[in-house]
Amino acid sequence: MTSPLLSVHELHKSFPLQGGFFASTREKCLAVQDVSLTLHKGETLGIVGESGCGKTTLARMIAHMEKPTAGEVRYKGQNIFKFSKTQLKAYRRKTQFIFQDPYSSLNPRMTAGEIIGEPFVIHRSNLAQDIDTNLESIMKMVGLSKDHQRRYPHEFSGGQRQRIGIARAIALRPEIIIADEPVSALDVSVQAQILNLLKDLQDEFNLTYIFISHDMGVIRFISDRIAVMYQGRIVEMASNQQIFENPRHPYTRTLLDAVPRL
Amino acid sequence: MSLPPVLNVDNLSTWFDTGQGVLKAVDGVSFHLETGDTLGIVGESGCGKTVLSLSIMRLVPTPPGRYASGRIELNGLDLLSLSEAEMRKVRGKAISMIFQEPMTSLNPVFRIGAQISETFRLHQGCDRAESNDKSIEMLRLVGIDLPEKRVKDYPHQLSGGMRQRVMIAMALACHPRLMLADEPTTALDVTIQAQILSLINDLKRDMGTSVILITHDLGVIAENAQQVAIMYAGKFVEYADVKDLFSNPLHPYTEGLLHSIPRIAGEYSRDKRLPIIPGVVPELSQLPQGCRFHVRCPDVMPICRVEEPVLLGQSLSKRSVRCWKYQ
Repeated sequence: MTSPLLSVHELHKSFPLQGGFFASTREKCLAVQDVSLTLHKGETLGIVGESGCGKTTLARMIAHMEKPTAGEVRYKGQNIFKFSKTQLKAYRRKTQFIFQDPYSSLNPRMTAGEIIGEPFVIHRSNLAQDIDTNLESIMKMVGLSKDHQRRYPHEFSGGQRQRIGIARAIALRPEIIIADEPVSALDVSVQAQILNLLKDLQDEFNLTYIFISHDMGVIRFISDRIAVMYQGRIVEMASNQQIFENPRHPYTRTLLDAVPRL
Repeated sequence: MSLPPVLNVDNLSTWFDTGQGVLKAVDGVSFHLETGDTLGIVGESGCGKTVLSLSIMRLVPTPPGRYASGRIELNGLDLLSLSEAEMRKVRGKAISMIFQEPMTSLNPVFRIGAQISETFRLHQGCDRAESNDKSIEMLRLVGIDLPEKRVKDYPHQLSGGMRQRVMIAMALACHPRLMLADEPTTALDVTIQAQILSLINDLKRDMGTSVILITHDLGVIAENAQQVAIMYAGKFVEYADVKDLFSNPLHPYTEGLLHSIPRIAGEYSRDKRLPIIPGVVPELSQLPQGCRFHVRCPDVMPICRVEEPVLLGQSLSKRSVRCWKYQ
């Protein structure tokens, strides 16, 4: 296989717990412990686990929103935590994030058009008139129409807001999209629409996804490979088929057994 | 079934008078619930399932809400005709409710023991010591370790699953005839969800309580309910035994919902797409004419756009469906 697009090497993250100003011994919360993984171009890596298992912290470190206590994240072989300012800006352009809560992740004072156009402004990649033409095609891609552009987030439904979040993420044609529970706040019928959209966009732009979810059904549907996390560690990592048809780790089995069957 | 139903809801309508006109959040809903059964009510956000459960508890704020029509009978007692003082004696004793958010439905400034004790003191006239002992007993019953110690804890000292257990302990304290569980496991992890649901089922069996389980998760319904009602835009569109519903959904909306759930059975294929229900749930202020589902329905017929179908019983089984295809 070709060299990975992104790789994570023995990543650790701990947060200090309570311990006031004079506390001599500080207890630590080990959020992520010894996590290593690789990500190849065009694949979807699903990360599944229960709340508090460290999946979001891991994703935030990969997106350079959080610094690890130890370990490296390498993008095309280079450690992202040693990037210069310009390198980092380029990396951030290539790695985009889709958030869980479509209600709190959009600025209520900006219109949908401004939100989706903001990445262009930040990265100064296009002139004003180009933003307009781009905007329309991007909004169309995610299933929004042109007259949605002037509306504010509160005028949209949960599903439409998540579409805005997705539009903002794909605006700059990134390579990697990190989606942190992007459908867990949505209704079943809307969830199906968004999942299909994510797959369609992946086909069209050859996107690489890190897809975080606690829902085994969603993970089954979207992931090529799956990492199961428990208490900060990856306890099992295998292909979709292996995880679901031949789970090895007892925790993976527990997770699968707990899913109500239709 | 020889016993009379525990709960009888007949043509219940709960409407809200707002600036945008009258919102019919619950519109002509009828069903009855037998002793010891679980009725699952499924629907997407905004379909009126929470307003329905609040109506049964008489907790809908009036105004702006009002009970426009119908009867709610609990063991023959007409709940809508009771005064507020009389209703208070019913709540927590004969009917109780578990809410979705175990974080916000407990009072953060009282110890959990005090919150469970309140039920005993109000409804059974227990004194302080007695109600405290009973609270400890309830905590033990819902599977909390060291209940003598935990009873002195504040809600923030407990995890989400434990808080939901405390809520269940409060709800079941007086052995109610009916328990309403509004998305009781939505905020919980799957493994905790499985524990909580089996706890509700065990206690239900031991106490003979009937349960109305409100959820958007069809998987939870499949494993825990005997009957299920599918709700769409304020109305029941299908009502059936759980097995019938899942083996042979009749209403196009039910069918669409069942197909759009990603499942863990079956093969993984990257090219696979989920069958979707196009569009979104309509706003209650802008309901389409005719069948409320027709704009999203794959089997739409000319009559659907004009006239609304009734919820019609099917000849062969106990089920009923609101769709022109079957009338």
